[in-house]
Amino acid sequence: MTPDPGSRPRPRFQLRVNGVDHPLSLDPDRSLLLALREELGLTGTKYGCGEGECGACKVLIDGFAVRACRTPVGEAVGRSITTIEGLAQGDNLHPVQTAFLEAGAFQCGFCTPGMIVAAVSLLLRNPRPDDEEIRAAMEGNLCRCGGYLRILDAVHRAARASSGPSETTP
Amino acid sequence: MNGRHDVVPFDLLSPTDRPYFELLGNGLVVVLPPQRPSAEGWGRGGPPHGGAWIHLGEDGRARAFTGKVEVGQGTRTALVLLLAEELRLPLASVALTMGDTDVCPWDMGTFGSRSMPDAGEHLRTTGAAARAFLLEIAARRLEVAVGDLDFNDGRVWVKGTGGSRSVGFGDLVRGLRRVEVVPTSARPVPPAEWTRAGRPTENLGGRDAVTGARQYTSDLHRPGMLYGKVLFPPSYGATLRHVDLARAEALPGVTAVRDGDFVAVAAPTLLAAHAALRSIRAEWEAPAQPSEREIVDFLRRHPAEGEEFWDVIHHEVGDVPRALAEAPVSLTATYTTAFIAHVPMETHAVVAEWSGERLTVWLGSQTPFRAREALADALGLDLAKVHVIVPPTGSGFGGKHAAELAVGAARLARAAGRPVRIAFSREEEFSQAYFRPMAVIDVRSGAAKDGEITAWQFHNLNAGSAAARLPYRVPNQKIDNQPAASPLPQGSYRALAAVANNFARESHVDELAAKFGADPVDYRLRQLEDDRLAAVLRAVAERARWVPREAPAPRPAAGARGRGIAVGVEKGGRVATYAEVAVAPDRRLTVVRLVTGFECGAIVHPTNLRAQVEGGTVLALGGALFEAIHFAQGRVLNPRLSEYRVPRFGDVPPIDVILLDRRDLPSQGGGEAPLLAVAPALANAIFDATGERLRSLPLTPSGSLP
Repeated sequence: MTPDPGSRPRPRFQLRVNGVDHPLSLDPDRSLLLALREELGLTGTKYGCGEGECGACKVLIDGFAVRACRTPVGEAVGRSITTIEGLAQGDNLHPVQTAFLEAGAFQCGFCTPGMIVAAVSLLLRNPRPDDEEIRAAMEGNLCRCGGYLRILDAVHRAARASSGPSETTP
Repeated sequence: MNGRHDVVPFDLLSPTDRPYFELLGNGLVVVLPPQRPSAEGWGRGGPPHGGAWIHLGEDGRARAFTGKVEVGQGTRTALVLLLAEELRLPLASVALTMGDTDVCPWDMGTFGSRSMPDAGEHLRTTGAAARAFLLEIAARRLEVAVGDLDFNDGRVWVKGTGGSRSVGFGDLVRGLRRVEVVPTSARPVPPAEWTRAGRPTENLGGRDAVTGARQYTSDLHRPGMLYGKVLFPPSYGATLRHVDLARAEALPGVTAVRDGDFVAVAAPTLLAAHAALRSIRAEWEAPAQPSEREIVDFLRRHPAEGEEFWDVIHHEVGDVPRALAEAPVSLTATYTTAFIAHVPMETHAVVAEWSGERLTVWLGSQTPFRAREALADALGLDLAKVHVIVPPTGSGFGGKHAAELAVGAARLARAAGRPVRIAFSREEEFSQAYFRPMAVIDVRSGAAKDGEITAWQFHNLNAGSAAARLPYRVPNQKIDNQPAASPLPQGSYRALAAVANNFARESHVDELAAKFGADPVDYRLRQLEDDRLAAVLRAVAERARWVPREAPAPRPAAGARGRGIAVGVEKGGRVATYAEVAVAPDRRLTVVRLVTGFECGAIVHPTNLRAQVEGGTVLALGGALFEAIHFAQGRVLNPRLSEYRVPRFGDVPPIDVILLDRRDLPSQGGGEAPLLAVAPALANAIFDATGERLRSLPLTPSGSLP
């Protein structure tokens, strides 16, 4: 029988999200997604499946995209979490966000935060990915509106905007 | 308006007697009166509708209202473009409220590709009338004839004065509280003269989507809100024999309700709600249910009465039995499609909140007014006591028509005295929503020696009649459909039966072409009686660099490439899809390239239409290649994304989209028809590659040819 969650020990800890420390009291085995959405009210990160199959819940931990639904919140303690809400600097959108806007790379927009986070993570490690590298890196992100080709276009745009054309010029 | 007890929804008041100005301040209101459903069905003026209305305010802005909803398909921007066109306003000066039952015109629902032909036409006409009234007011003010005026970007001026005698829209309506009904003389701008509509435009509200600021129903949090969970039966049709709620009710802060077979709990946190649900002891009575293996026989043995949108067709011309008997060549084949799930990225979600006797429900829904009715009926409320709001919704694809979850949330909220949110888990979404119906389609055809089709007998079991009619000239036809008693709950889905019927017809026509050694494009063009469709087919064949060929020669399956083509007509749209596939030696299938051509009259919002055609093509790939719900004894066996495969990045080939803009034809919807020809084009390409004819969707359930 599952014990009443109310009776579990709920240690207090700090979670660093988008540069701000948030005090939290939660079972450390609970998902980071639950902590972000229901405890901190950061609803830009979405629930899509709860089993790490759709990528709607992706956030950056120390610059790497992870699935928040499969990450125990305890594992994120002491690390730096960036959610979709933390990518823009004030009114200045992150280049990947701008690229998604320019490419019209979303319809209902529900997969968009996870897509953008996955793309940011990819571009941090591979500033000029080709089609196959983008597809491979984002295979774990689902878009049911079928916007994959526009998303590919957006990631290429972001790569061009960030690294400039000079890199490939002989 | 939330929280006020004396509110009467606008659609329940006379169009000329609504508190427009209390809501929006002084100005000019132009209203198109509703046309309600008649007992005889859709009247001469098209489907029933709740009209439209526009308020022009002292701030120079236009605020328009429609009962249609935006669930990601992009109609908001398309409708705003049409309004901006009529009023020659910048997009930023036009606001559109959608799917709010307190202030929007009644609407039957956002389905059937009706947003452009219905809401689009209504808003255009209302906008045209508003323009005429504004110009009349301006002519009096400036003491000239209407013909001496010109206007743009919210200002009206006297021609030839260099703008020195001008007035703004806001000034024209200052102090006004005038309501006008759209006169029959209202003439929208003809598409050929459009300067705002019909041009590439970014969708509105994109910034909120890319920053995570867009609030979907599942993101809403009301003060004091509880989290609800529903106790679902273990299998379809199971009834509750006994339930004990005592342990759940004893948990701190937990409310449990039972109403017949409906049992649900609400708790202060999601975790507590899960725990409360687990603490419930329930016994169910589960009826015997057929499983997947026997489903075709089961459907054949269990005909049923038609349901509301299962339009039954019985179309007969000529003498089919005789034509079949006399045909020198005939072909008989059965085609099937699977039950598939919508899998919207955002699962079903609802927030319910009571304020005294008035209920407000935020609902991810394609049918807010139907939901209002269902809520009022189930809860014994006056219609006026229910307010349904549709926040941004994470897609629907025809899957968000039901109101049961909203009723459940409302019951919980009433019992708890607090707002309640319920959102499906992905597993609940798979097993508690409804499915696109499975189809069993029997086709018998006869053809003359030269290949011309002379007889066509087409019978759809269970899925429906959409797009069952022939776009080809055939003198003897018998086309009908028979609803069946499906063991799984089934309902609407983007393009619904049209995909199944098109798969059967276009596969069968391809089989006939092969029998005669005819080129599949030429064989179709010779017999098409729809010129618009022929134009789309030609455009696609040209873009695909189609090389006319004779019958697909038998060839080794190893490493084979194949090309296929198919066409379709639905909801006023014409579509053709070309598919190129590669079949590896181990029989794995790769879709190499797709070309989809589409024509739906005058294109209002080309950027979005292109996205719709691409997206529809991708959605259709899933059902064509690998999507299928597996079931046994009334249970879904694969209710998870790890077990139910939908298209991913790696599945999507380059897709070429060709849009044919017909400014001389009325705008039709673009959401559904683009799906139609994908599956048959793929099946035809596989046939071309391997000589094997696949007649069941999905074509490659495991990624390989069966």
